[in-house]
Amino acid sequence: MTDRRSFLRLAIGGAASLVLAGCDRISESSWGPKVLNKAQGLNRRVQALLAPSSALAKEYTEADLSPVFRSNGTAMPTTTAYQALLANGFRDYRLQVGGLVDRPLSFSIDDLKQIEQVAQITRHDCVEGWSAIGKWHGTRLSHVLDKVGVQAKARYVVFHCYDEMDPGEPYYESLDIPEARHPQTLLAWGLNDKPLPIKNGAPLRLRVGRQLGYKQAKYIARIELVDSFAHIGGGNGGYWEDYGYEWYAGI
Amino acid sequence: MNSPGLADTPPLHAITARHTRGRLVHRHRWPIRLMHWINVVALTILFMSGLQIFNAHPSLSLGNRSDPGKEILALDARMGANGQLVGVTRIGRHEFVTTGLLGVSAGPDGQPQVRGFPSWLTIPGPRWLAMGRQWHFFFAWVFVLNGLTYLGYSLATRHFQRDLVPTRQDWRGIGRSIVDHLKFKHPHGEEALRYNILQRLAYLVVIVAGIGIVLMGLAMSPRMDAVLSPMVEAVGGRQTARTIHFILAWGFVAFVLIHVFEVIITGAFNQLRGMITGWYRIDAEPATNETTSATEHRHD
Repeated sequence: MTDRRSFLRLAIGGAASLVLAGCDRISESSWGPKVLNKAQGLNRRVQALLAPSSALAKEYTEADLSPVFRSNGTAMPTTTAYQALLANGFRDYRLQVGGLVDRPLSFSIDDLKQIEQVAQITRHDCVEGWSAIGKWHGTRLSHVLDKVGVQAKARYVVFHCYDEMDPGEPYYESLDIPEARHPQTLLAWGLNDKPLPIKNGAPLRLRVGRQLGYKQAKYIARIELVDSFAHIGGGNGGYWEDYGYEWYAGI
Repeated sequence: MNSPGLADTPPLHAITARHTRGRLVHRHRWPIRLMHWINVVALTILFMSGLQIFNAHPSLSLGNRSDPGKEILALDARMGANGQLVGVTRIGRHEFVTTGLLGVSAGPDGQPQVRGFPSWLTIPGPRWLAMGRQWHFFFAWVFVLNGLTYLGYSLATRHFQRDLVPTRQDWRGIGRSIVDHLKFKHPHGEEALRYNILQRLAYLVVIVAGIGIVLMGLAMSPRMDAVLSPMVEAVGGRQTARTIHFILAWGFVAFVLIHVFEVIITGAFNQLRGMITGWYRIDAEPATNETTSATEHRHD
């Protein structure tokens, strides 16, 4: 019957717009995101169970390389500190490693190369959905951590970067110790048999085999070992995390 | 029509009471009904938050990489001659102007905005990837746990084996069933209680698609790929998995459209009552107006 049809149509249309408006209200409420975020803890625990922390990301071959490894986010940091380093071809660059360590140290790119030089061909998966494959040259972060001696109370490795997403808002990221010590976690200074391009994070960036692109901080200035990142940036452990992205980016 | 007074819309219980000649049978048990409606909510939110996530990179590729220029589908935008934004959908090498719907559509302020799918199809409405992911992963758990419960329950109660797995007789009747469906002929009486062959196949395909869409979702997780990479490579790579995930999502939409269409032409109120209260009316007489043409369609 037309009455019944129009009633149905009205009911369905009304329900749909209510659902939409409702979802947007929940998204902007203080409690909604907290409830939805419960799933993230579950993801982290279940993924740790299914894919143990020792599991390795797939490594590809030279034939699989992306013709061009695209850049996302900052492609050229504008801070004076970075521009000064760039002007001198990064010869004055020193990676500072401090915080909860026994021996705070600084490393030039050559120092890192002296520790070790490894190469890996892995896939880079962006939170937006795209993927690219690159051959990364670097030094495993675990070896650098061994040099400085990580104190027992340290729980996270924080990467402070030269690039500012907005003036006064430097990019930063963090990993927990097991992820930082994963054999595919590199401090990368080369890409595809060449020095790391500026748009991809020169002179030094992070490569994490099993997390999304935003974890892989570019333009690293210093590394800090902490027991909590609550006092850093917005307190969520990373630039994008402060904008609502998950700290654990395994999915 | 021999059922008076149906033009107005009486409450459901009144319909039930009025049709004393009809026989009410308890068709769907409460766990199935509950899981059905949980699924409605979960799938709706998964689909719309999924489009929000898709909008962050509104194109599809095959293989493990998303090389620019090699997309099989892209929702894009370009500047038109008059300075207006033009929405463009590219499928392979074919290009379609889709302003207003795909590529470019009205933003929150009503002005044309570059975005893959329009805001009325995404959760949240505005561009907000982080929040879309929160919705998606929360309801992915709802969908997975609900689906596992459904499978376990259906196997344990033999609902799956009895009602969904086609019998030899079902297979023999497939030709007639296809013709009947195309003519919108539907069984009545006791016959209507039994899932026909096309229903059985549709539900089985949907179950397989449900498992597939979850696996293809997991294939996009870099952490899961540390253990799932043989599966990811078997389907062709992470971007292929993303493409299959997208196609299956639209497959669910197609299923829902056909499903709802069939519900409407076989008596929306009776079917809805069946899935809400469990009680379904079978009657040799035309039940409600939605089955008006039943008399001439009766074939057995």
